[in-house]
Amino acid sequence: MTRLETIASVGRRALPNHWDVLALGAILAGLVAIVNAFHGMNGPLPAANQPALDLSYWSLPYYALRTVLRMFAALFFSFVFTFTYATMAAKSRRLEIVLIPILDILQSVPILGFLSFTVTFFLGLFPGSVLGGECAAIFAIFTSQAWNMAFSFYQSLRTVPRDLDEVSRGFRLTGWQKFWQLEAPFAVPGLIWNTMMSMSGGWFFVVASEAITVGDTTVTLPGVGSYIAAANDQGRWDAIIAAVVTMAVVILIYDQLLFRPVIAWAGKFRVETTASQVVEQSWALNILQRTHWLRSAYLPLVAALRSAALWRIGAPASFRRRQSAPSSAASRLLDATWIAAVVAAALWALWTVVRYVGTELSWDDALNVVGLTCITLLRVVILMALASAVWVPVSVWIGLRPPIAERVQPLAQFLAAFPVNLLFGGAVSIVLAFNLNPDIWLSLLIVFGTQWYIVFNVIAGASAFPNDLREAAASFHVRGWQWWKNVILPGVLPYYFTGAITASGGSWNASIVAEYVKWKDHTVTAHGVGAYIAEATEKGDFPKIVLGVAVMSVFVTLFNRLFWRQLYAYAERRLRL
Amino acid sequence: MLEVVSTPVLLDVSHVSQSYRKGSGEEGPPILDDVSMTLKEGEIVGLLGRSGCGKSTLLRIIAGLAKPTAGEVDFQGQPVAGPVQGVAMVFQSFALYPWLSVLDNVELGLRAQGEAPEETRKRALAAIDLIGLDGYESAYPKELSGGMRQRVGFARALVVDPKILLMDEPFSALDVLTAETLRTDLLELWSEGRMPIKSILMVTHNIEEAVLMCDRILVLASNPGRIASEIKVTLRHPRDRLDAEFRQLVELIYAQMTQRPAPKAAGREGGLAGAGLAMELPRVSTNSLAGLLEELAAPPYNGRADLPHLADALQLEIDDLFPLAETLQLLRFAELEEGDMKLTPAGKRFVEADIDQRKKMFGDHLLANVPLAARIKRVLDERPSHRAPATRFRDEIEDYMSEDYAERTLRAVINLGRYGELFAYDENAQAFSLENPQ
Repeated sequence: MTRLETIASVGRRALPNHWDVLALGAILAGLVAIVNAFHGMNGPLPAANQPALDLSYWSLPYYALRTVLRMFAALFFSFVFTFTYATMAAKSRRLEIVLIPILDILQSVPILGFLSFTVTFFLGLFPGSVLGGECAAIFAIFTSQAWNMAFSFYQSLRTVPRDLDEVSRGFRLTGWQKFWQLEAPFAVPGLIWNTMMSMSGGWFFVVASEAITVGDTTVTLPGVGSYIAAANDQGRWDAIIAAVVTMAVVILIYDQLLFRPVIAWAGKFRVETTASQVVEQSWALNILQRTHWLRSAYLPLVAALRSAALWRIGAPASFRRRQSAPSSAASRLLDATWIAAVVAAALWALWTVVRYVGTELSWDDALNVVGLTCITLLRVVILMALASAVWVPVSVWIGLRPPIAERVQPLAQFLAAFPVNLLFGGAVSIVLAFNLNPDIWLSLLIVFGTQWYIVFNVIAGASAFPNDLREAAASFHVRGWQWWKNVILPGVLPYYFTGAITASGGSWNASIVAEYVKWKDHTVTAHGVGAYIAEATEKGDFPKIVLGVAVMSVFVTLFNRLFWRQLYAYAERRLRL
Repeated sequence: MLEVVSTPVLLDVSHVSQSYRKGSGEEGPPILDDVSMTLKEGEIVGLLGRSGCGKSTLLRIIAGLAKPTAGEVDFQGQPVAGPVQGVAMVFQSFALYPWLSVLDNVELGLRAQGEAPEETRKRALAAIDLIGLDGYESAYPKELSGGMRQRVGFARALVVDPKILLMDEPFSALDVLTAETLRTDLLELWSEGRMPIKSILMVTHNIEEAVLMCDRILVLASNPGRIASEIKVTLRHPRDRLDAEFRQLVELIYAQMTQRPAPKAAGREGGLAGAGLAMELPRVSTNSLAGLLEELAAPPYNGRADLPHLADALQLEIDDLFPLAETLQLLRFAELEEGDMKLTPAGKRFVEADIDQRKKMFGDHLLANVPLAARIKRVLDERPSHRAPATRFRDEIEDYMSEDYAERTLRAVINLGRYGELFAYDENAQAFSLENPQ
């Protein structure tokens, strides 16, 4: 894969503004409301009757299946969310004002910090049933996928090529027809890429969300994640290894039977004038498209879907919407009222949050959390720098050698998808055994899983580096540091940023799991906001969770906006080849 | 086509104006100003103009894809308030859906209207057959050459049985040979009456193409777009490009399109004194400018060239040639008259000079004849820091022209100023300065 794929959210205007503050307030207020409603109502959460987890190897395939099912359930809801939320944001100017900043902040909120809220919420919805826990887990995976997908879709909807849009309007396609004939297909390449990347990240969350303790309630869902949690509790190495192998097989199957075929299939939706140089290949897709009996099985389905896509639902669009946006006084008044209402609601929400947190926590707590977040920030920055220093040269070396790159690239993508939190318990046992400093050695876990994003993006960048530029550099004897500085680094930088942004976001999330790890009856903690949130979650201390998540979200948002997006925009502007 | 007198009017455009809309929603500078025209049954009408004259905008208003700020379009007596049945469009970029096969692309318009699948298939295959696409039904647009893609564009438009076919520079994205084949095929189908359409309205910037295909040519002037003149072409099809009458018409149109605007509207193109900052500059390459001067000075032209010949010899479209010619005229290195281009004495000296002298001359002429360049230079000279942000000048010229034009003009003056070594420009800082990096 040598094409530079863009992350949906980073091409946007970068500096945080008042909308971001309002959106953050609204989101946190929503969480507080959930906790208040259910936690207050039921007292201690009712635990479901959970079957004990069986650590025998034979139950692993079944657990793996459960894990995969959760993944797909979440994917389904993510698509539903994407198609509705993003479409509304793209089609209505007024909704756009509200929906897009919310989405932007949701992207930066550490998903695992959510977990305690959602578990509380869903257990409250289905008291005494496993369904609550299932819903919470699915929701956690959903939150790791949906925002990115919705962003990608929204951006595609806003950038439908003008001439294609004119064709659909010229033929008077209805809203429904236009959506399925033009807008959705146009969005496919970006959406699929973002979906597949999110799914890769999703394995991490599915594992993390299967065994979770909120206060007095422990939820254990049958799955690979809870299997490994139980193995960690008992310190059983053999079970850990078995689970890791199982997970590797599952990811391999996912990679070969889903990721690659779907990416290859999405290639046909690219709007480009010439046939692409780079064609993604998938043996699974080839089989699907070339065997007769399989084709005859799915073709009627395809035909049915296509005629459904042509139902005349809705009215044909007449004049171009954005161009003929009414600018009358009445409409402007309505705009102003709408904005005022939104701002008022958001401010009220922000105030609610402050009041809620303020009941039990003081400014000292807030300062303490800010300090802890700075530690985690330092950790993320140092680890990202280390990972970059190690992996960029290696990846460039690999990327410039196509035969090696061809073999390493799938491996890197596989490693990026692999949920490394499966290994955390084992890693901690080593920390314990050698009596290492957790503040240093637990930090490594943060980039354990996310560094691979840097690897495969930089490999892609180096593979795509134009040969003539390399030859020019060679013929002028450009070597050593000058070669890195003036030739290859500018060439791979846009790719590096794409990978680094993903890795950085993943690292923040990982800190919640990585700074607070259990092995048998030991708990190893590092200083940082991740451990703060994890600890508060275990104790069910909701004001602390809200505070921790809020501060972390603010940091992540600022870090993304002031650092990554600026760099990314620079690379896009100046270094795109 | 033979009987023009009593044929019914299909389309009536009356007093249509269109303006840019600024971000704030206010009306910006006009794109089209009070345009009226009709389209009768049985004729091919061409809208001929340079890029930016609003011809494509006019076509989109007629198609019901855009709404005019003033005026009305009537199709068969009914006002157009959105895309209407009976009008179909062919696009410069082909605008095919890459995820649909040729057949599906052609069927799209019919199926969207709820036509039965069997009927749709029959009509689509007929259209594909008519336009010469047999055998390509299951191909995807990506697999096809440009010419074949545009044939799909035609089939897709024809299959819905339109009365009027609108064509937006349909051949300009194709190579010369392919374009000629497609034109000939289309004219053949038209002359033999094998297409359901009653008339064709086409937008083009290619003068020969207009004379080759159209019964009537409306020449549009730019800024704001308006109809400058109407030229009837009565030559019989198939027309011969080498025919004396054909050449005469081409010459006539060249002369009209390079005419100095009337004194009142002067400034933009004429570059007369006092035009000030309202002068728009096209983006041209300084190498092409120098190249054109050299070509002009050398035999066979020896200082004077016929524009159609020059365009032919250099393989330049008018959108390439006219901006070059006008920039040279603006800088007083050449003059345009009666469709001819003449080297001035300064232009002769430029050609004979070496590279440093050339740049010096160029800079001097730029200062003397382009007020914006002079203004930038003066501001930089006056400031102690010898630096000025680009926004300062952009805001100033945006008082006179749309944001797009302002941006383009600024880009053009940066390019010309760099060549003439009047000032430097730092893209990162978006600022002009006097010093070059040491």
